[in-house]
Amino acid sequence: MLLVPCPWCGPRPEVEFRYGGEAHIVRPADPEAVTDEEWGEFLYARTNPKGAHAERWYHLHGCGRFFNALRDTVSDRFTASYEIGAPRPDGAEKS
Amino acid sequence: MGEVGAGGRRGVHSVRPLQRFSGFGLLRHAFRGHRDWRAQWRAPEPRAAYDAVIVGGGGHGLGAAYYLAKEHGMRNIAVLERGWLGGGNTGRNTAIIRSNYLCEESEAIYEHALTLWEGLSRDLNYNVMFSQRGVLMLAHSVHEVGISKRHVFANRLAGIDSEWLTPAEAKAFCPPLRIDGGLRYPVLGAALQRRAGIARHDAVAWGYARAADALGVDIIQNCEVTAIRRDTRGAVTAVETTRGTIRAARIGVSAAGHTSVVMAMAGLRIPIESYPLQALVSEPVKPVFPCVVMSNTIHAYISQSDKGELVIGAGTDAYVSYSQRGALWVTTEALAAITELFPIFRRLRMLRAWGGIVDVTRDRSPILGKTPVKGLYVNCGWGTGGFKATPGAAHLLAWTIAKDEPHPINAPFSLERFRDGRMIDEAAAAGVAH
Ligand SMILES: Cc1cc2nc3c(=O)[nH]c(=O)nc-3n(C[C@H](O)[C@H](O)[C@H](O)COP(=O)(O)OP(=O)(O)OC[C@H]3O[C@@H](n4cnc5c(N)ncnc54)[C@H](O)[C@@H]3O)c2cc1C
Ligand SMILES: [Zn+2]
Repeated sequence: MLLVPCPWCGPRPEVEFRYGGEAHIVRPADPEAVTDEEWGEFLYARTNPKGAHAERWYHLHGCGRFFNALRDTVSDRFTASYEIGAPRPDGAEKS
Repeated sequence: MGEVGAGGRRGVHSVRPLQRFSGFGLLRHAFRGHRDWRAQWRAPEPRAAYDAVIVGGGGHGLGAAYYLAKEHGMRNIAVLERGWLGGGNTGRNTAIIRSNYLCEESEAIYEHALTLWEGLSRDLNYNVMFSQRGVLMLAHSVHEVGISKRHVFANRLAGIDSEWLTPAEAKAFCPPLRIDGGLRYPVLGAALQRRAGIARHDAVAWGYARAADALGVDIIQNCEVTAIRRDTRGAVTAVETTRGTIRAARIGVSAAGHTSVVMAMAGLRIPIESYPLQALVSEPVKPVFPCVVMSNTIHAYISQSDKGELVIGAGTDAYVSYSQRGALWVTTEALAAITELFPIFRRLRMLRAWGGIVDVTRDRSPILGKTPVKGLYVNCGWGTGGFKATPGAAHLLAWTIAKDEPHPINAPFSLERFRDGRMIDEAAAAGVAH
């Protein structure tokens, strides 16, 4: 069981949360204007890195808020958690 | 497991005849005290160049090499494996094999595999212990009865054996099943595929490795691909590995949970995410469980191995990970489901638990075909259920690499379906692993 660091409630057990997938995926502002390629990419393509992953978590059985976190997908260790809308703390572009 | 084929001849690329297995041969070796069994495949040094390389020495990759050599006459090929053969999901799964999927495209691809399974031990001269003991899929509510029957009828239209059993018939087929109404989720019937079953997973990797080696394929273990080289027009030219540069104009990627990592080496970001999936086995007991039972509603699946262990599968973990171990609560839930369905197993102790990393697509269907990069082919996205596909996926990947175009069976499973919205939605159809 992971201990997930909620920025508001502190580290809490994984079962209190819902995982929200890769963070920082921006919905195209004008869906009509993008190509099928770009739309498919937005919907389905994921970075799925072996290493630092920026991801969304939802503290369902807690404060009820969404936040982002950085986790190493090899060790499962969290290195940061931060508010939705804030840039990645490690400065990397994509997860 | 491990490097069985020690002592290979350096740099020599000779084909040596297979040391065939037979009952008589076994007897002869017994008289000699089993002292002169040969290594079953060589351990060659990688050559500077091949006509094609396969990245990933699981059942799919080894099988693809075998069919490339056997059916397409490509003998100058290599399988590159970062660890040991079958050390990935091939050696970590619960070995359920069936073809009773709902979508037509899936029926075709899984039935193609099942047909190959039926002749595989003979074809490879290696006993993969394919046991067609039947897979029983339980229905626990009127809605599930309706959905299951739809599956059964769809399968029969496609020529796939599939039948609907009443609770009494299901119990006759699988005596440990409780149909007395004492369960939280009563058994209202079951869909049965009699040709479905299980196989010995390691044997599949070893059987393909041995047969491919005998056709001249170089199987290179402890060889991790770290980069993919491309020419000015973007076509692949070579792979960098922990054992040096290997040139090849065709590269087939069959790396399961690591597909995203390998594809990123060619600049591709693909519709795959990697999740831990766990399984566990009990202490061995006398034969008590004659078939495979799956329940979507309570999410449990179980069979008994020939060694006597009950083999139990859990669900995937919630988050992306490459850690090859999942959360304890996930396996605890799997056991709760099993003991609810089969209270007789409540006091069994668990012997081992482990995890694999499965490559999951959004529609829970695989990707098998060409990629936007010339010379690069991919077989992935089998997720929680690709062991059953092993011979089929291998056969179709070999075809796709040899002809530079997909076989009609794998054509719908293209990478482009995510651009075109042509999903093969087994996620909606099954909602469960395997
Ligand atoms: C717990 C569990 C239970 C399962 N149960 C079932 C089941 O009951 N029925 C079913 O049909 N399926 C099941 N599956 C799924 C099934 O195991 C897989 O879909 C299937 O085995 C995939 O086979 P493969 O040969 O593609 O992958 P693998 O056997 O994983 O082979 C991929 C290989 O690629 C290698 N590799 C990765 N990166 C590199 C690199 N850079 N360079 C070189 N080599 C590399 C890996 O080391 C690995 O050996 C289960 C999976 C798990 C984890
Ligand atoms: Zn919180």
